[in-house]
Amino acid sequence: MPIAIEMPKLSDTMTEGTLVRWIKKVGDNVAVGDVLAEVETDKATMEMEAFDEGILTEIYVQDGNKVEVGQKLAILLGKGEKIDSGASQPVQENKASPEKKGEQPVAAASKEPIASQAPGTAKGEKNSEPTPVSPASSGRVKASPLAKKVAAELGVDLGTLQGSGPGGRIVQEDVVASGKSTTSAPPPPPKPEAVRQPAAPKALSVMPALEDKKLPLSGMRKTIAARLLESKTTIPHFYLQAEIDAEPLTHLRQSINAAAETAGLGKLTVNDFILKATAVAAARVPLANAAFGGDSIIQFANVQLACAVAVEEGLVTPVIREAQNKSISQISAAIKDLAARARSKKLKPEEYQGGTITVSNLGAYGVEQFYAIINPPQAVIVSVGTIVKKPVINATGQIVPGQRIILGVSCDHRVVDGAVGAQFLGELKKFLENPTLLLL
Amino acid sequence: MKYDLVVIGGGPAGYVGAIRAAQLGKKVACVEKERAGGTCLNWGCIPTKSLLRNAELYHILQKRASDFGFKFENLSFDWGKIISRSRSVADKLAGGVEFLFKKNKIDYLRGEASITGPGKIVYKTKENREETIESENILIATGAVSRDLPGLVPNGKTVLNSHDAMILDPQPKRLIVIGAGAIGVEFAYFFNAFGTEVTLVEMLPNVLPVEDTEISVTLEKSLAKQGIKVFTNTKLVKADVSNQGVSVVIEGKKQETLEGDCMLVAVGVAPLLPKGAPLKLDKKGFIEVNDRYATSVPGVYAAGDVIGPPWLAHVASWEAIQAVEGMFTSHKPKRVRTFPGCTYCQPQVASVGLTERAAKEQGLKFKVGKFPFSANGKALAIGEPEGFVKLIVAEPHGEILGAHIIGAEATELIAELGLAITLEATFEEIEATIHAHPTLSEAVHEATGAAFGLAIHF
Repeated sequence: MPIAIEMPKLSDTMTEGTLVRWIKKVGDNVAVGDVLAEVETDKATMEMEAFDEGILTEIYVQDGNKVEVGQKLAILLGKGEKIDSGASQPVQENKASPEKKGEQPVAAASKEPIASQAPGTAKGEKNSEPTPVSPASSGRVKASPLAKKVAAELGVDLGTLQGSGPGGRIVQEDVVASGKSTTSAPPPPPKPEAVRQPAAPKALSVMPALEDKKLPLSGMRKTIAARLLESKTTIPHFYLQAEIDAEPLTHLRQSINAAAETAGLGKLTVNDFILKATAVAAARVPLANAAFGGDSIIQFANVQLACAVAVEEGLVTPVIREAQNKSISQISAAIKDLAARARSKKLKPEEYQGGTITVSNLGAYGVEQFYAIINPPQAVIVSVGTIVKKPVINATGQIVPGQRIILGVSCDHRVVDGAVGAQFLGELKKFLENPTLLLL
Repeated sequence: MKYDLVVIGGGPAGYVGAIRAAQLGKKVACVEKERAGGTCLNWGCIPTKSLLRNAELYHILQKRASDFGFKFENLSFDWGKIISRSRSVADKLAGGVEFLFKKNKIDYLRGEASITGPGKIVYKTKENREETIESENILIATGAVSRDLPGLVPNGKTVLNSHDAMILDPQPKRLIVIGAGAIGVEFAYFFNAFGTEVTLVEMLPNVLPVEDTEISVTLEKSLAKQGIKVFTNTKLVKADVSNQGVSVVIEGKKQETLEGDCMLVAVGVAPLLPKGAPLKLDKKGFIEVNDRYATSVPGVYAAGDVIGPPWLAHVASWEAIQAVEGMFTSHKPKRVRTFPGCTYCQPQVASVGLTERAAKEQGLKFKVGKFPFSANGKALAIGEPEGFVKLIVAEPHGEILGAHIIGAEATELIAELGLAITLEATFEEIEATIHAHPTLSEAVHEATGAAFGLAIHF
């Protein structure tokens, strides 16, 4: 029986993937678990494993091509089998016999559905009902007949909605709600002076001139665009800032690193201290280590510390698990490993999903201060500037040379109030200014 | 040992909530002061359906035998047996609930519970022993009892509530029923079918006042034809109760005095509150809950009749499941919006969603699709041509806003339309579904067509 290999859905936001390169060639024998090809998703490059054995007989999508999730990539045949004409049609789907459909879990997609839901959710919570996953626009959309009619009328793309009906079904209410929040509810009668801009147009149309380059969006770019637009437009951000005395930190780091070098151990970076301090502060101010859950606030039991890492196409935020329980050297080792693999696109989805708080550090680029956009569904992101040498007034009132870092904190006001944000920033400052505490 | 959930009350809210929590892997106890199954199973839905089946059969044999070509002499019935059959059905089902408790490893505790503190419940056993148990969560599902009228305390003989009426022996010669909601109408039908002279008194303009007016008017005519005296827009002024019977003064268009062996008071229900913790109540005395079914006391939830109308077993069960899933899972509980309502007299009445008058009051745009059973082959074949299907179909999209059925098996036919509303099916999906022939359900199909002028047989 010919087995079709389709583009797997490797993350919940993935709608298309790039076939980076085939590892197996036409004519190769394939065993279960063999790596067939490398696939690039919106987040990372991953290996696509075989779930059936056979001979790779035909390849429909060549290296470097981008295709939708579910599109047929290749055909596996058993010994002596021939392709029937139906199965060999590359794009036309499911022409093969219907009973085959059930037994072809082909690619890595069916291995384990990857939940985007934040982990370590509230204590004792058991998720008995599958979280409604927003259906990819290419797949089957679960929507009521009424919802479909209303969506067609309002011009709402059902694939972008989360259903609130039975089993995650999209119902009329969901469509109407989204129609209100995005676009085309019929505009009110024009009253020139009072016309409100429709909320968040999807993109301004830009006409590239002759010399301008048009760069197609990578999967990662699309995700960044969508998530950060959603964050900045739906989360009520507010910002706090504090300047911290980086002198003790610099001295401590120098003496640790000098000793570590002679002992042949790894050095600590300023960022390692910042990460450790964030983990401690988040554990001490649990209100900041939380997410807005619609009708409740989810306060996370663990600090799943995300750290923004710039990569070629954009950025990813790998997560240091249960950072509150890790020593500074464990954190240092973890982020070194995660960042290296992020740059080579070798992160697994579970390594960049489920963060509860994020650190973004642009100090290495000489940036003095900034405010990062919150990484949803988290409520707090810490923005770290570079160490600046400047005159400061010391405890005895004299102007002396000093070293300072400016920390910014962006907070979701639905979850974190000013006082809580200030308390969190205060803890961060306290530990960074007394960095020996971070070694305890 | 501490429970994850203790449910107070073993009726359709309580036992269903307890089982769902057990299914979610929780340690659960259910405290019940009488017998598992609640009003529904012991003193409501189930035993009355048994009585009404007797009434329906007897009515056909007695009044319509010649239509069907039956001939017999001396048709009679055994009143005691009619009642004992009804009781044995209830007994059997109550045993079934106890079995389900065992199967789901739920501790079934017999006694009257009171909430004595956060997470603390004391229950008093039949032997008057007090036991204390502790639980993370408490679900109050204590239900409701018949509401009495001031000065008319039920005595089981001359002044009856529904509980008394279903075990009334001997059969009364003359019965006055106060209140023409589902309960009043069902008992009026039952006693009338066996030859009791029944007067049905309703304060509002129609029998089954919550139903679509057209349905109520049709039913009223049918009940009158069966021999029930129906007074609508009529209130009870005075009732004199003696050992021999009751004398009731009513006032509608004019004042009248009715004499009866007994009177049934069916004017709604009153909440049965648990003792202990002071819970915030609504204006009518039912427990006030939020969208998660949480009461004013932390960790204490409530579902079913005790949180107010609609007082229906299937709504109670649904609420309890919502509440329990909200406690233990990430499910976001929903409050009841659309629910079916059924009355089991003959012709039966069933409805789901909005009545025509509610749709008008809400200013909705809609069409009405109606189809009579007199044009339905199966209805004629089984000799039940009475009644119709009426659908309220929204414009412009054609979703079903409400469905109203009066006629044979109306209560079984309503399920299709409940599903249609939940799934937001529009008239086209029902229209496009092949309905088996010959069935009564074809009338539903034809009614959707009728809304848009497409009914074939009418």
